[in-house]
Amino acid sequence: MRQFSLLSRRAAVLFLVPGAALVGVFVLFPFFWVILVSFTNRTLLGTTAVSPDFVGLQNYINLFNPTSFFARGQFGSSLIITTEFVLLSALVGQALLGLLLAWLMQTIPTPLKRLVETAVIGAWILPEVVIGFAWFAFLDYDHGTLNMILTSFGLPRADLLLQQPFWVIVVFNTWRGAAFSMMLFNSAFSSIPPSYFQAADVAGATSFQKFRDIALPLIRGHVVTDLILITMWTFNVFTPFLLTHGGPAYRTELLSIYNYRVAFRDFEFGKGAAVGVVIMLINLVLALIYLGIGRRKSKAEREAAAQ
Amino acid sequence: MSHRLHAAFLGLATLLVAAVPAYAVDLSITCRCVIGGVNSAGAEWITKSVIPAFTAKMKAEGKDVNVTLNQFAGEDAQLTQQQALDFSTGAGSDIEGFDGFLIPSFAEGGLLKPLDEVAGPDVDKWEGWSHISDGIKAIMSYKGKIYGIPGGTDVRMIFTRKDLLKQAGLDPDAFQPKSWDELLDAARKLKQAGVQYPLQLDAGVAMGEATTMQGYYMAVLGTGQSLRDKDGKWIVSSPGILDTLKLYKTIYVDEGLGDQRAQLLADGRNQSFANFRDGKTALLVEGDWFYRSVTAPGSEFAVKDRDTTMGWAKMPAQKPGAGFSGQDFVTISGGTGYVLNPHTKNPAEAWELLAFMNSKEQLDEFQKYQPGIKARDDVPVPDNPFLTQTAATLLPLTTARPNDANYNKVSEAIQRMTEAVVSGEMSPEDAMAQYKATVTGIVGEANTVSL
Amino acid sequence: MKLSGTQFLSRIGFSALAAVLGALFALPLIWFLFAPFNARAELGLAIPNPFTLSNFTTVFGNSLAIHALLNSLVEGIGGVIVIGVAATLAAYALSRSTIPGKQAATYVLLLFSSVVSGSAAMVPIFLIISALGLIDTQAAVILVFSGGLLPTAMFILRDFIDGIPRSYEESAMVAGASPVQAFFDVALPVIRPGIVVVVVWAFVNIWGGFLIPFILLRSSDQMPASVAIYSFYSEAGTPIVTLLAAYSLLYSLPVIVLYLFVSWRFGFRFFGGIKA
Repeated sequence: MRQFSLLSRRAAVLFLVPGAALVGVFVLFPFFWVILVSFTNRTLLGTTAVSPDFVGLQNYINLFNPTSFFARGQFGSSLIITTEFVLLSALVGQALLGLLLAWLMQTIPTPLKRLVETAVIGAWILPEVVIGFAWFAFLDYDHGTLNMILTSFGLPRADLLLQQPFWVIVVFNTWRGAAFSMMLFNSAFSSIPPSYFQAADVAGATSFQKFRDIALPLIRGHVVTDLILITMWTFNVFTPFLLTHGGPAYRTELLSIYNYRVAFRDFEFGKGAAVGVVIMLINLVLALIYLGIGRRKSKAEREAAAQ
Repeated sequence: MSHRLHAAFLGLATLLVAAVPAYAVDLSITCRCVIGGVNSAGAEWITKSVIPAFTAKMKAEGKDVNVTLNQFAGEDAQLTQQQALDFSTGAGSDIEGFDGFLIPSFAEGGLLKPLDEVAGPDVDKWEGWSHISDGIKAIMSYKGKIYGIPGGTDVRMIFTRKDLLKQAGLDPDAFQPKSWDELLDAARKLKQAGVQYPLQLDAGVAMGEATTMQGYYMAVLGTGQSLRDKDGKWIVSSPGILDTLKLYKTIYVDEGLGDQRAQLLADGRNQSFANFRDGKTALLVEGDWFYRSVTAPGSEFAVKDRDTTMGWAKMPAQKPGAGFSGQDFVTISGGTGYVLNPHTKNPAEAWELLAFMNSKEQLDEFQKYQPGIKARDDVPVPDNPFLTQTAATLLPLTTARPNDANYNKVSEAIQRMTEAVVSGEMSPEDAMAQYKATVTGIVGEANTVSL
Repeated sequence: MKLSGTQFLSRIGFSALAAVLGALFALPLIWFLFAPFNARAELGLAIPNPFTLSNFTTVFGNSLAIHALLNSLVEGIGGVIVIGVAATLAAYALSRSTIPGKQAATYVLLLFSSVVSGSAAMVPIFLIISALGLIDTQAAVILVFSGGLLPTAMFILRDFIDGIPRSYEESAMVAGASPVQAFFDVALPVIRPGIVVVVVWAFVNIWGGFLIPFILLRSSDQMPASVAIYSFYSEAGTPIVTLLAAYSLLYSLPVIVLYLFVSWRFGFRFFGGIKA
């Protein structure tokens, strides 16, 4: 569909200047620096800090070196942990829970809705350091709120940070980020004309039927946006570090934490940059997949709307 | 122009000149020190003693200086990052607190310059050098050049809870294991007497450098080895490493003589301190910092009636005479100091301040805030039997970390190796094989040796 | 009536489920309501007895930490202004002009910004700021945050503007307004709720951001609260629970107030939502 321009090219360019300047200096330049450095053995300390060599694809080859790939604390194991983490905490956790919360919000009484929303959004907007500390206190083995609750029900204490560190960060990230999906789907649902649901009510449809047959097809575009954003964010999320420092035994070392360790503990910027580029490529592939699904569905959406 | 206005202008001008003299020099110091927080004594000493005294001294010489302290509240590793970035671009304070083991990698990277290169021949004329032994100068040196003034050094030992030893039927005052077996036997007796986690030997990634220095090194030196052989090759596979890992396995996996959780969790080191405070741990291997700061009265991990409950013993070699250089007992020292920012805008004044901080007068002053073993031999440890005794006994036995740009990374591999064993995830043999592969990858096969 | 009966039941079920979920979300935060007012707070949950404000007195005595809140405010407000202006203008241009490839460009920038948020990019960012001579200034923090958050802000806002009927501006232009006038007088008021969402999102990000100020700032008196909070760690590096809890509450207050204000004034949600 061709639209005539509401803004002349020249005005549009002027409008774009401030944003483009900022993005150019603080996003594009660092981005290309990272790409370039990923082909060198640049470090911050030692001799290669002064005179880095061009090493071609060596950093990438080392990352995917099959002899060490799967070892704990290596790239491959981090990649697997991160993939599971994204699947469970972003796609299943945040997106599904957000969807459920948003759907519940449509029907429950307003005062309750306000309360629930505030708790969910509170988890999302409070500063990272505060949240990290709150969870630290919550999970503390000896005194934490969680174990207090468990013992008051006569259950044994849970040593989750040691026994189930991976599930801790999955639940944590779901808790931390569900608000975004909830708000997004909330507004998506409220953009659906109420008449659609009234018709279904008359036909005696259950809530689930209304959700599956009316709401879901209409918000597919929002779902795609949501998935793109939360996948990307979850791939880069660093907050679990505050809970586990990536341990014990690297069991919660997400790629973002691995990258931090490589770049800022070992000071190997070449390798760290290569990790960053690989993460971006994965995100690119995922975004294309989501968009592909979204495009197919949004055609269905348009046809549905045309009927 | 009216006279009155003229006078007002003149007055204003004089005021401005007085407020901002042409030769006022701004100097800054950064250290990982926060008043009321981390290394509070250091921060208080600099702000309450060094800065006022130095400003007064310079004023007397007709120079105005304005010194500020930047209190760095983050972790050691974070300060290292910041310093690496700063020294590579010309940012940062004129004088920065610095851990000696990082000197080689910073020097190799051109991020630090020898003191005399930064501040000129004044450096060599400093009166203090004659009071610092070569061994201690080495803490802040690399390839024969001095990069900073060492502030002090430390020694490591086994801290004991006399009350618990007594409870286990051991003589608390004469307690001194002469081999690993005796140490383990004592731990077993303590365990039987109801001490939950009798022995603490640092392990794991989360404890960072403490694992290498307080844990692994203290054990591996007892097998007669160090991290490198006499030719400077890294030892990547040896009976000594294997025995050390088996010791860890005995303590944390096989017999539950130590708190396994504390080795694995992010805040585990504090947990281990709390164990000692709460009487759950009776034997804890640490540096004298543990006495000076961690368990000091009023601090979080203060031990009740410390003078009577807390004692110390030397760390034994695996068997008598089997330790490093044929010693019966082993220990290791690290050290920190202050370096000059190679990009400082006022090298002469910065050096003057650095030298002033390390003058006898100022270090004596520091001992009032927190007594410790100082680098200068003319600065005695004031009336502190514990520090005097440990220094006299252990300094002759001590050794230092390798002065090598790769040490940092090898140290990380060590932490990983110990973690693999204490978590029960790998056998000592497999963990050592992984260590061999990692270290070979870091330093190259030619620089490694298997014994 | 049977039908409304099941509907009534399902509504109760929904409310119960929502209440349980809300409680689960609140659970990890409850500790924060009590600990700041407890003189001897432990990590355990305990009703303060006696209720005390002494922790706050101590925290207010730490002038650097209090000053840090001000620094955070400077960074947050500065960043929000830059992002608000730049993102609105850019998003509007992308939505309403016929610049080729604008759709793809938005996605590509989004991906690039994800690389730049990683730790490897901190080096080039540090080098740029150092070359600009802005190390240890609030301007550095504001600029870097703005650059990093802009792609996402533009992405969200562009989608929002796409959802607004073009007829608004068209009719204004038919009435003789220039495109720029149409933007300021007609479009801007309609876009405002979207800007509010982006601005709040950006503020929250800057307010909580640790790595960027940590890398770019040096002086103790320039540090924002996210960094200064670490001064409430003891000699041994453990949190001083009471003070940390009190400071955390002070530090959280502005975002809580912001949320309440926005949700009261505008209703805190994505109007119309963003969709691909």
